[in-house]
Amino acid sequence: MVEAIALAHGWEMQHDDAVVVIGQDVGANGGVFRATAGLQARFGAERVQDTPLAEATIAGMSVGMATHGLKPVAEIQFMGFMYPALDQIVNHMTRMRYRTRGRLSCPVVIRTPHGGGIHAPEHHSESTETLLCHIPGIRVVCPSSPARAYGLLLAAIRDPDPVMFLEPVRLYRAMRQEVTDDGQALPLDRCFVLREGNDVTIVTWGAMTLETLRAEADLAARGISAEVIDLATLSPIDSETILASVAKTGRLVIVHEAARNVGVGAEIAAIVAEHALYDLQAPIQRVAGFDTIMPLFRLEHDYIPSVQRIIDAVHFTLTD
Amino acid sequence: MTIVAEFKIDYRQILDPNGRLVAPLPRFAEDIDEVVKMYEAMTRVRVFDTKAVNLQRTGQLGTYPPSLGHEATHVGVGAAMRPEDVLAPVYREYGTQLWRGVTMMEILTYWGGDERGNDFAGPRHDFAWCVPIATQTLHAAGAAMAFKVRREPRCALAYIGDGGTSEGAFYEALNLAGARTLPVVFVIVNNGWAISVPVAEQTATKTLAQKAVAAGIPGIQVDGNDIFAVREVVSEALETARRGAGPSLIEALTYRLSDHTTADDASRYRSDSEVKEAWAIEPMIRIRKYLVEAGAWNDAKETSLLQDCARQVDAAVAEYVRLAKPSTDAMFDHLFAALPAHLHEQRATARKYSSSSKPGSSKPGAPPSQPDASKPSGH
Repeated sequence: MVEAIALAHGWEMQHDDAVVVIGQDVGANGGVFRATAGLQARFGAERVQDTPLAEATIAGMSVGMATHGLKPVAEIQFMGFMYPALDQIVNHMTRMRYRTRGRLSCPVVIRTPHGGGIHAPEHHSESTETLLCHIPGIRVVCPSSPARAYGLLLAAIRDPDPVMFLEPVRLYRAMRQEVTDDGQALPLDRCFVLREGNDVTIVTWGAMTLETLRAEADLAARGISAEVIDLATLSPIDSETILASVAKTGRLVIVHEAARNVGVGAEIAAIVAEHALYDLQAPIQRVAGFDTIMPLFRLEHDYIPSVQRIIDAVHFTLTD
Repeated sequence: MTIVAEFKIDYRQILDPNGRLVAPLPRFAEDIDEVVKMYEAMTRVRVFDTKAVNLQRTGQLGTYPPSLGHEATHVGVGAAMRPEDVLAPVYREYGTQLWRGVTMMEILTYWGGDERGNDFAGPRHDFAWCVPIATQTLHAAGAAMAFKVRREPRCALAYIGDGGTSEGAFYEALNLAGARTLPVVFVIVNNGWAISVPVAEQTATKTLAQKAVAAGIPGIQVDGNDIFAVREVVSEALETARRGAGPSLIEALTYRLSDHTTADDASRYRSDSEVKEAWAIEPMIRIRKYLVEAGAWNDAKETSLLQDCARQVDAAVAEYVRLAKPSTDAMFDHLFAALPAHLHEQRATARKYSSSSKPGSSKPGAPPSQPDASKPSGH
């Protein structure tokens, strides 16, 4: 997936001179995950810039650059280092268009690694997308395959508004997939149905698609047909696709790595409760990370929801 | 035109790279046994560091930031501090922590992915390792405020790297410390590189010590490979702070001889010749030469010290690899003083689905499912 992300950067920089890449170690080093590998050699040190080590700087300068003719694609090296940037994101980036009545706008993409599972140090395994989804005026996107990473990143860069682009670290090198470098974007604000099914709807995103698809295969072997939906754009949520699926299956399980409390899963559950309560044949189930700190890596696989937890939640909706 | 402000930055070196005194001998160094003790501590941390890198390479430790080349700064700071002072480390200053009583086993436990490493038995009042860059500088300023308010004759000392000086929190901490005359010392370990970004790309200033000027506090540059100079400068700054005369900023010039972490590959972005030059002025050579010249050191002692260090490291490693994986309850322990009711249910769920019986998961730093290149560490 990490190569697909580098490809998307390359395509868009080639075809749009306004696109610039900024961040810590994105230049000669090509990013600590190699997501910007080769870009500085190809496009020069002005369009692919290492910034000083300061996240507020990265977000704040993105506001200035974006309001004046550039399209910054900024990397925050790890989600746990995002927080100094939030002041700029909440107070300026996401409201520049609104507060100036459309006079100024911020076509910015902020990319950041998301989630755990790769034995990384403290603060390197966060999945705090809920903090971002709560902010008005911003899209939050999380791809779950190389092809979707490529197409969604192109869409994010081309979007006229700010987009937070969360890249699941477990997927960076977890799967190989041919990606056609044709500049074709995928739609934002839409879910992707990864498996069609009739008995239960499972909504998930990012790296949790791995466990969810394993659970789906296990359930299928036992004659249970699960529809797996990759949320992809976490904010705003594509209610239409989810509601149509629940109308068909009557059961909903939501799977996410982030802590349960006020997670994006709660919003999905609320949408279904508001619009499709009478379609439901069982209570909605959430399979989520615990409401604790993401532990250091000896326990991280006890934190991240397991395939068995997902299977058990599905069985609960079928037997209740 | 009238000049309304001017500044100068002093540079301090006592022992040159050849082990010759270029300034008066500091009082602490008049006791040759004390100098030997410092040299032994530098050697110990280097032996430990080498072993820790090897443990990572063989899948027995997580991503690890080596301290190779920083021994004079780290041990010099440790020796200058008093036990009751508070250390706010970054994550690489093992030389200071070992001097203060943190154990090798505890350091390995943390980098082996286990929070228990932060519950060290040594200086219970010291802060934990701090990965989010520069945030710890404000904690040190806050601790110093507590000492001031409580009339305690103690100081806080915060480390920060050269890259960290670009963060807002660093300036905020300097400003607060200056504005409130706090008993705090900030030590910038300028090792030339913030992962792949050299200092010249972080800032246009000639020195990092002069960042102090804007906060109205003294700034000084020191040869960070010279343990005499480091200990002397830090001691002076701490005593100034302790008597209520305010904070200081110290820039220690050294070099990161290793990769940023075991997940980094510095050959991508810096030249071999630069690293070779840095090895020629590294911190161990000069202090060893000084001791040999003073008749306090010889090959036999060196051999004996290295054997002793290897024994200590091996004992720590043996204890570390024996440490059983924490129970899943550890995720819930210490989250609050008393666990709220809704988390009892989640704790039971975690127990039910615990992966502790799975093969491979019970060993510290068990090899991940992906190559090391996929788990870099930022900062």
